[in-house]
Amino acid sequence: MANTSSFSSSPSTKFSFDEKPHVLAVDDNLIDRKVIERLFINSTCKVTTAENGKRALEYLGLADGQHPNHNDLKVNLIITDYSMPGMTGYELLKRIKESPTMKEIPVVVVSSENIPTRINQCMQGGAQEFLLKPLQLSDATKLRCHIKKAITRGVCRRR
Amino acid sequence: MEVGQMQRAWVEYTRSLFREGFLDAQFQQLQLLQDESNPDFVAEVVSLFFEDSERLLADLTFVLEQQNIDFKKVDAHVHQFKGSSSSIGAQRVKNDCIAFRNFCEEQNIEGCLRCLQQVKQDYYLVKSKLEALIRLEQQIVAAGGSIPMEELSS
Repeated sequence: MANTSSFSSSPSTKFSFDEKPHVLAVDDNLIDRKVIERLFINSTCKVTTAENGKRALEYLGLADGQHPNHNDLKVNLIITDYSMPGMTGYELLKRIKESPTMKEIPVVVVSSENIPTRINQCMQGGAQEFLLKPLQLSDATKLRCHIKKAITRGVCRRR
Repeated sequence: MEVGQMQRAWVEYTRSLFREGFLDAQFQQLQLLQDESNPDFVAEVVSLFFEDSERLLADLTFVLEQQNIDFKKVDAHVHQFKGSSSSIGAQRVKNDCIAFRNFCEEQNIEGCLRCLQQVKQDYYLVKSKLEALIRLEQQIVAAGGSIPMEELSS
């Protein structure tokens, strides 16, 4: 079940610099979810966690049979574990990148295993970055910069 | 014991845990994530780790007791255990899991059973150390002091 720590609906046409970036963290390991949550909340982001790819897709409105309702959902970064039961992080990445409405969201894949073919596969698949676990404060800080840049670019495009 | 003494004891104890390889730098990362708005973060994560680990150890014991061992299942559990011990900085447990996975790959029953014993031993050791550490932290806070994290970097 997706656990929302704080969720506010933001109309897609309005952008506020004060809005906290919203991170969706997907990982089947409970301890990792807790650590990622704290890492990003400490970097002043809102965090929603999901325990597997299926739940993540449901949250994003991309699950089979769902009608997407994107006006209210604002996710600025998706961070997903690679090795998960049912659907790997790579498969989740592909589903997100295939979605007309969600494909712009940067997706970061994390893994405890440093396997070059896996890294290449994810980068080819459209991942923003591939990070090794366990994640550290410096990773969250780096990712938050990516989010800020992406948000700022969005604003510039509208001008 | 007065606060200053307890704080010094905490520094010494934490340093010894790192020195003896029970904990690694990842535990420090967790400590850095704790602050006034989340004073119980480390205790919470540690508590989750204990629950998760006991479940994994019970599952591992069960799977390895079967006539026909499902090595895929064993590997899946060890992978989980390696993940959580790595995320919390429980270095010895993590290293035991790495060795364990190698024996799984080889489908070496003897090796796996030995590893199970080793990982149980190291888990219970680090569990008692972490419990002692957190108790000490709680005593410091109850006495009105703060955890001297900055002392660890010196």
